[in-house]
Amino acid sequence: MPTTPPTRIARFTLTERVLHWEVVVAFAVMLATGLILYFPSLSGLMSRPAAKGVHLWAAIALGVGFTLVAVLGNRRAVLRSAREVQYLDADDMAWLKAGPAAQMGRVSPAPQGRFNAGQKLNTAMLSGGMVLMYVTGFLLWYGERHTEWRFEGSVPVHDLFTLFLVLLVTGHVYLAVIHPHTRAAMRGMVTGEVDREFAEHHHATWVAQHDAEEARR
Amino acid sequence: MDHVPPPADPVREAPTELTGWERPIGRGAFLATVLTGLGALTLLSRASGLSRAVTNVTSAVKPGGSWRIYAVASPLPKFDPASYRLRITGAVENPIELGWDEVQAWRSHPITADFHCVTGWSVMDVHWAGILPADIVARVKPTRKAKFVSMHSLEDPYVDQVTMEQFLEAGNVLAHTMDGEPLTREHGAPLRMVLPDMYGYKGVKWVKEIRFDSEQMSGYWEQRGYDTDAYVGRSNGYGG
Repeated sequence: MPTTPPTRIARFTLTERVLHWEVVVAFAVMLATGLILYFPSLSGLMSRPAAKGVHLWAAIALGVGFTLVAVLGNRRAVLRSAREVQYLDADDMAWLKAGPAAQMGRVSPAPQGRFNAGQKLNTAMLSGGMVLMYVTGFLLWYGERHTEWRFEGSVPVHDLFTLFLVLLVTGHVYLAVIHPHTRAAMRGMVTGEVDREFAEHHHATWVAQHDAEEARR
Repeated sequence: MDHVPPPADPVREAPTELTGWERPIGRGAFLATVLTGLGALTLLSRASGLSRAVTNVTSAVKPGGSWRIYAVASPLPKFDPASYRLRITGAVENPIELGWDEVQAWRSHPITADFHCVTGWSVMDVHWAGILPADIVARVKPTRKAKFVSMHSLEDPYVDQVTMEQFLEAGNVLAHTMDGEPLTREHGAPLRMVLPDMYGYKGVKWVKEIRFDSEQMSGYWEQRGYDTDAYVGRSNGYGG
């Protein structure tokens, strides 16, 4: 019988990680080509038809790729994550009320599940923002040929939500890559496992559930 | 009641018992985001005043203003003052070909106009300066055959055409200056046609030739389904 628990614990399945990185790649491509289409000073970098083509195909590739992986991959894991981010409990509310300094500290201000309250809301708002980008992006594309689908609001909403997504993603990338107390989470999205000590500090409820499940086996 | 209030002291080391208190707040955040966007889409599409306000904010904070640069070829045409020639040809008594110095020597006329793109964005109060269509007509003297005027771009194969009447409408200018500066490369240096009553695709950039035509032809975007008479608010599906 091992006396010390393993130093890492599994947080994300391969399916969840592939879905995450599909979004990352497509988002980066769409942001880069979108900025070329948006800023006059960048317009010389790539021809407009080419940038537009890449932008549209990246959106289609993400839609198809995401659906395929979610359906053909580990559906249970996907549904579990989707459920977890939708619900907040009393500890999540305590976490939210603790404020940024505590939330970004070495130990989370309230015990959290596999996702903390910030991650849940970030995922929810990013998903909502991406739905809107698909809706307005479709209208922009379809409205070029079918003028009854061209609305004055499509362009400004597509622009505003780009800014919204960029702000959320900037915060997310900062916490995942730079911030000393949270960047240990990055390993989970790359290898699937996170350091146990990090998990105990930031996701104590999840670690307790995880250990209880392991013990039952 | 299944509502258990959050604990008074949020800083605890050990995980709490599962309380059973759960609310679909994440789902709510998702729906709120989507509904906010759809609401903004509806509102901005219904109230032009609001779109205009958003446009003004964008112009103020975005480098390059609210302009978006549309081009059909790459790279953008590069203006070389030494080799540039402006040809004004077709059904005219005095066809001319001018070097850049001669173009600049023409009387320059300032206009201020809003610019509207058919895809839904606008730039308000653009200060243009350039050559008046009436001055062009006076100089080259179109013959009676001339019914249309086509504008040809250094950006091959971009072209567009308007009727003589449309070409001579007040407020039009063959612009070499925008907001007090010579036209930049992305805005169509050295010359772009400005037709404020019409959507931007009629205003050819990087103009190399003005031709007076006897026959009607389809411009670049008209070949792709856009209206020939591209009046702002009254064409391409706008204004019913």
